[in-house]
Amino acid sequence: MKQVLLTVNTNDKIALNTFEMILSGDVGGIVKPGQFVNIKLDGFYLRRPISVCDKTDDTLTIIYKTVGNGTKEMSKLQPGAVLDVLTGLGNGYNTEISGQNPVLIGGGAGVPPMYLLCKKLLSEGKKPSVILGFNTKDEVFYKDEFESLGVKVFITTADGSFGIKGFVTDALRNIDYSYFYTCGPEPMFRAVAKSVKTAGQYSFEERMGCGFGACMGCSCKTLTGNKRICKDGPVMESEEIIWDD
Amino acid sequence: MGRLNVDLCGIELDNPIIPASGTFGFGYEFAELYDINMLGTFSFKGTTKEPRFGNPTPRIAECSSGMLNAVGLQNPGVDKVINEELPKLKKCFHKKVMANVSGFSVDDYVYTVKKLDNEDMIGWFEINISCPNVHGGGMSFGTDPKSAELVTKAVREATNKPIIIKLSPNVTDIVAIAKACESAGADGISLINTLLGMRINLKTRKPLLANTTGGFSGPAIFPVALRMVYSVAKNVKIPVVGMGGVSTAEDVIEMMLAGASAVEVGAANLVEPFACKNIIEKLPEVMDRYSIKDLKSIIGGAING
Repeated sequence: MKQVLLTVNTNDKIALNTFEMILSGDVGGIVKPGQFVNIKLDGFYLRRPISVCDKTDDTLTIIYKTVGNGTKEMSKLQPGAVLDVLTGLGNGYNTEISGQNPVLIGGGAGVPPMYLLCKKLLSEGKKPSVILGFNTKDEVFYKDEFESLGVKVFITTADGSFGIKGFVTDALRNIDYSYFYTCGPEPMFRAVAKSVKTAGQYSFEERMGCGFGACMGCSCKTLTGNKRICKDGPVMESEEIIWDD
Repeated sequence: MGRLNVDLCGIELDNPIIPASGTFGFGYEFAELYDINMLGTFSFKGTTKEPRFGNPTPRIAECSSGMLNAVGLQNPGVDKVINEELPKLKKCFHKKVMANVSGFSVDDYVYTVKKLDNEDMIGWFEINISCPNVHGGGMSFGTDPKSAELVTKAVREATNKPIIIKLSPNVTDIVAIAKACESAGADGISLINTLLGMRINLKTRKPLLANTTGGFSGPAIFPVALRMVYSVAKNVKIPVVGMGGVSTAEDVIEMMLAGASAVEVGAANLVEPFACKNIIEKLPEVMDRYSIKDLKSIIGGAING
């Protein structure tokens, strides 16, 4: 973990209630896809944990949904604003065990980390395919960005207004894959867990106090012991997850 | 002897800054960030006889200038604390540490304190009779002078190390409870634990916390904490450790003027991981601004008569 000041380069609406923010500065803390940053916002006591979507040598891209007052304020930030950020948080995805053709399954606000993960897998010479699930056409984002990486992209919408009508699992049925990676809401995870034919990794979301393992606010039970989603996760392997609760 | 030195129950601290239990784990998350030996000491994660997972999630909710937590004393249990956590801590912390202990019966407290008593690195016991997030124990011992006295007496007999009783603010008369602890043999009083609170999600019309209620901490509670520290310090002769919403060097001085011999910093560590380091480094400058030569001399300075 590192505490850094990052400058907002851009902060643009890219879909319904969805914003893309590019931050510049010392971004060396992020070393793996699936890691996250925790952002201090004026007027709010707790930081906002947001997953990293993309990274260059000196910029980070994050994509967030305006689900509450904090993210609504965040969407008003102008280029040039400076943010106090804890970076390099979380374990991130392990790409070593993906096999040759993993599938990446992102749902809604869980789509962004799939992008950096996809780039990482491609750089390792693998051939990932991508399924992105949304509720409706207006929420769809990053289709072109994923396609320009040269991977096969399947879009599903629950109401059928764009792409395949249905859920990510409806697209998953027709794909061959060696492993899976997923991020999204828990109901989607439960559906994915019932459909997948291989092992894989899930990235979990939880309300966090600190984001770096100190407060025990985001603990969960796993088959390998109690884990802190912020520090020991957010990525968990399918073999260790306990689904009943 | 530096200007920041204070004495806490017979043990000299390099400065009065003590990260509060539950916001600092067993130290090593923070040892990755800065040398935690710069702290006065710290109070480690509340430890119980048996391992505890704690409450279901969500355990955290935000408030104006603060937060609610309902962690529920998650900890690996006293045996693992001794066998796994303390050996790891010894590698990065070379001062006396404060052992925070909780229980669900008087016997629980005694059992845990006796087990920890052999550990040389433990300087003080902080006996938590004020956790608002567990049922059948925790806070129930700290809301009644008689129960507080029973726990204090029993723990007093279990160890020769200084015992500091951590009090709950969720009571009508905190002074009566502090006095009961003092007369039962406590070496110090620490206060305040969190204030009971709750939030409701307007969309779901249900409490935000899975536990319904949680403990409120953060800068919002500072004036309440200060008032209670002042009242207790005025009425007991043993040292008082002040806490509740402390976030700055100025807050520390205010707490000490109210009667605190040392000051715990809690929620601030979670949102600003360098909070304690920043406060310690800032203290000399703020002391200069208010013409304070050394911190010892201001303890209780605002208490009349």
